[in-house]
Amino acid sequence: MHTILQQLVNGLSLGSIYALLALGYTMVYGIIKLINFAHGDIYMLGAFWGYYVINVWHLSFWPALITAMVFCAFVGMLTEYLAYRPLRHSPRIAALITAIGVSFLLENGMSYLFGSNVRNFPQAMAVKQYHLGGVSISNIQILILAVSIVLMILLQLIVQRTKMGKAMRAVSVDPDAAQLIGINIDRTISFTFALGSSLAGAAGVMIGLYYNSIDPLMGMTPGIKAFVAAVLGGIGLIPGAAIGGFVIGLLETITQALGFSAYKDAVVYAVLIIILLVKPAGILGKNIKEKV
Amino acid sequence: MKKNLKYNLIWLAIMIAGYIIINVLEFAGIMGQFAETTLVLIGINIILATGLNLIIGFSGQFSLGHAGFMAIGAYVCALITTAIPNALGMLLGLIAGAVFSGVVALVVGIPTLRLNGDYLAIATMGVAEIIRIILNNLKITNGPAGLYNIPMLATWPVVYLLVCITTIIIVNFIHSRDGRAVMSVREDEIAAESMGVNITKWKVIAFVVGAATAAIGGALHANYIQTIAPTDFGIMESINILIIVVLGGIGSITGTFVAAVVLGLLDMILQNFGTLRMVLYSLALILIMVFKPSGLLGTWELSIRRLFTRKSKTKGDA
Repeated sequence: MHTILQQLVNGLSLGSIYALLALGYTMVYGIIKLINFAHGDIYMLGAFWGYYVINVWHLSFWPALITAMVFCAFVGMLTEYLAYRPLRHSPRIAALITAIGVSFLLENGMSYLFGSNVRNFPQAMAVKQYHLGGVSISNIQILILAVSIVLMILLQLIVQRTKMGKAMRAVSVDPDAAQLIGINIDRTISFTFALGSSLAGAAGVMIGLYYNSIDPLMGMTPGIKAFVAAVLGGIGLIPGAAIGGFVIGLLETITQALGFSAYKDAVVYAVLIIILLVKPAGILGKNIKEKV
Repeated sequence: MKKNLKYNLIWLAIMIAGYIIINVLEFAGIMGQFAETTLVLIGINIILATGLNLIIGFSGQFSLGHAGFMAIGAYVCALITTAIPNALGMLLGLIAGAVFSGVVALVVGIPTLRLNGDYLAIATMGVAEIIRIILNNLKITNGPAGLYNIPMLATWPVVYLLVCITTIIIVNFIHSRDGRAVMSVREDEIAAESMGVNITKWKVIAFVVGAATAAIGGALHANYIQTIAPTDFGIMESINILIIVVLGGIGSITGTFVAAVVLGLLDMILQNFGTLRMVLYSLALILIMVFKPSGLLGTWELSIRRLFTRKSKTKGDA
């Protein structure tokens, strides 16, 4: 029983990182139908920003987190402006390859500028372990979970309650109609990238603190897993991404706890394929009937 | 029939001429070991990318799992050629790899090809990852260390021959009645179905043929590089093949050839730049896509027949 609870705690903190990343994927996909492969690398940039700010400017955790979010939002908007905006009316696969190109560029550019070796993330916070009835939970795990949930609630408020959120939803339903009623599509898409990338930046700083190591290729695997999470929950849906992230985090830790750690990724993908076959639009997705 | 014979003979002559030119260059010492390696790797990439182009460009199904089928071909052929290290073993390995990979594609394709667009992409990516993880954990495949000391049987004439054979098979498939059925699925599934085309059947057939081609590419890779490990067949490998297809132009086999050669040469030239290499490579990729989103050649195909008819037309005008 204790081990199950323990794995639940570990799974939830890992899952909330995936969920934060998946939210960025799902928002961008919802609005311009692009699988933004570079999203995982924005998360890597967030972690590196945290590393430098804490080491060089000696900031504490919270300012590092907030500046990383701002920095990543800026990078996200910049990549959208330079690489994706010129391709808005080209075939989707061309935009996808461009996204892969941006991802390569960020990974290799960082390796070129800062070296590809693994670095230790500075300990911006003393680790404390709490024991609650046999289950040990660290303050960093609580922090990750709390920050993620607060950010998700904030995001939900922005999307549902603000004018910009309304514009985002309108553009994702029908860009042409949205433009007709006076919504500035370019600005709305930029804003979506900024929101998604800032969440990735936050996730990057927190994972640095949690795992203590960062390197320029760290975004690759979590990026793909987060995308899987977004698809699992129903891509384009914000609550779906959150659920997908937690499901994948839990699946991974549970398979590991059962002693099949070599197969943990295989289990994640197998569950994904089964869910897609049963519900082709993901857990929360609605099946749209084909009309002639 | 007689007219086709003429064009087919010209194509045959081009293939033989290509073989002779490479031989002469090698003999004259103009082409060294390094250039030969580049050439063989370009050839293998052409085989892999034409197979993927059949799936993506002609049947319109977005697959991100090409490396998984490549891995099956590589491992099957490597295991067989290690046991029988001669030309017969290579032939057996190629056939067994292609058949095995085709069967896996059939089993995987029938349920997953019901999905469309990005959902299919992510499902095929998942399949490829599952294949890779299974290879990583089996005894016979030697786990994460992979297989080594695979006999070097994929010399450049073998690769050249197989590039020709797979291209002929795929191009003939595309130009046949079956190929038109496959393309009708790409254009409009509902319209195709109402015309009596069994869309699931043609999607699965294109997928299986593509997977078998990937296995041949993988087998050649294994017998040329001589060592394989599961990490060689990750998502990045699928993406590299996808880049060749998209860069050349989706739905253009000529484009695939051009893109494979351009990327191969780019890679060769950039070798001297060290770590900057991948930065320049990714910049080139982004710039080509931003300025030429339909790929280098779009859907243009080189056709000897069209060259001839154009020539006779201009003659007629004069």
